Amino acid sequence: MAAGPDAARRAVEHVARVSYARLISYLCARSRDLPGAEDALGDAFAAALRTWPRDGVPGKPEAWLLHAARRRLIDRARLDQTRAANTAALTQLLAEAEDLSTVRAFPDERLKLLFVCAHPAIDARVHTPLMLQVVLGLEAADIAAAFVTPASTMGQRLTRAKAKIRDAGIAFEVPSGAELAPRLFAVLEAIYAAYGFGWDDVAGADDKRRGLTEEALWLARTLVELMPEEPEALGLLALFCYCQARRSQRRRADGSYVPMSEQDSTRWDGSLLAEGDHWLREAAGHQTLGRFQLEAAVQSAHVERLRGGSVSWDEIVVLYDGLIAVAPTLGARLGKIAAVAEARGPAAAFSLLDGLPAEDVQQHQPYWAVRAHLLQALGDARASEADVALQRALDLTDDPALHAFLESRRQRRA
Amino acid sequence: MKYAMLIYEPESQFNARREQPGESPFWAPWRAYHKALLEAGVYAGGSPLDRPDTTATTLRVRGGDRHVQDGPYADTKEQLGGIMLFEVASLDEALRWAAQCPAAHYGTVEVRPVADLNHIFGPEHGHGS
Repeated sequence: MAAGPDAARRAVEHVARVSYARLISYLCARSRDLPGAEDALGDAFAAALRTWPRDGVPGKPEAWLLHAARRRLIDRARLDQTRAANTAALTQLLAEAEDLSTVRAFPDERLKLLFVCAHPAIDARVHTPLMLQVVLGLEAADIAAAFVTPASTMGQRLTRAKAKIRDAGIAFEVPSGAELAPRLFAVLEAIYAAYGFGWDDVAGADDKRRGLTEEALWLARTLVELMPEEPEALGLLALFCYCQARRSQRRRADGSYVPMSEQDSTRWDGSLLAEGDHWLREAAGHQTLGRFQLEAAVQSAHVERLRGGSVSWDEIVVLYDGLIAVAPTLGARLGKIAAVAEARGPAAAFSLLDGLPAEDVQQHQPYWAVRAHLLQALGDARASEADVALQRALDLTDDPALHAFLESRRQRRA
Repeated sequence: MKYAMLIYEPESQFNARREQPGESPFWAPWRAYHKALLEAGVYAGGSPLDRPDTTATTLRVRGGDRHVQDGPYADTKEQLGGIMLFEVASLDEALRWAAQCPAAHYGTVEVRPVADLNHIFGPEHGHGS
């Protein structure tokens, strides 16, 4: 009991990191008042920071926090007459939280909360930020920075979404039947977007965004833990494992950029790669192919080829074709074009590239980099076009390492 | 919670409602829908509107003056054609019922929570439906 102030503070931080999502999910699955639950849990953590150093860390820290948060919620509900309907739900909460002092575990409602955050009645732009804030407890200002959105705009969107969840009476439930597939896809997309924002910060210059890949990986793991039979959830987790395994190798020690094909594959994280293989096999066992499994399969093939496996470029092209059939994103189409260049030469690849709609590619940095690369491969006759494309690729990046890498390509040709 | 479903539909529906005899197949999906709502105990009132926007009259009172205008409040291609109230546990349940409404399949329906004003008007309020 006689934990020093430091030990007590560490205990609070530990519970916050490990149990925040479960605590907030439990509270709002019952009260359906997400902003209220967040405030109440925030107050409970503040109270813990005040009292644990004095009184010692309680035997069941989570139960203690829930108890404190629940009292806050009920006090507030009594003041707020307009939500009289919530009182019944809160009475239930009261009774259940009372039991928590005797019961070891409290119900895990995280899955319900994930589905609420990506609910179709909520503005799709806010699905990912909402998940990061509500499930992971990230600060609104940090989320705004990661999504390159003004903090006030992001704050308003989050506040509006949380008020809608409460006021429109969105159910805290895992959808079933025909509703499940589209709803699950929205959850997966939101987690995928969170990973993408973290991944794009290649330089790791931005602390907020670097953390996002870890957080997204954690969300994907949680989802698989809660829905172990969903092939697309397994596919998403496999995809993240493959990406995360080689994440740190995208830069040399001096900070310079290394394209995937030039990375030292022996320095990739072998256990994460093995884990990716494991989840992809699990997913394949269900024999229901989908976008995220195909994305993972493409990554798996790239990794396998670079580690000396017997994967051909033609096979990689086929995987991209499958992916494009279900998710024709610009990224997937450029990936295919790069693979076609390897399998059938730059001329075949360039004619595919030229078929991409001009309005989609205008501001897309990777398009101009691939274009420059193909034009250079096509020889001197296309050299001036290659220079134009390379300049455009340079203009569209503010990452100094990528800038330097592209410059070196220009010099290599000169 | 109580939810209102506002039904927006093309003008042709208003005409059909007046012209189609009771035994016509036009009414079959509406009868089935109404029956399902009643049997589930979620129906809390409602009514279609009689004629399209051409019969709508808009009124505002400002500074003691009545401003009466011809036409609906919002001029849209699909018009407000009716309203239904559901008593259900959540938005999701309300949306499930809304998706079964025949009008959701040719028009658009908007689902909104109804304000709970029992603390103002007393518990009898809202039992009028």
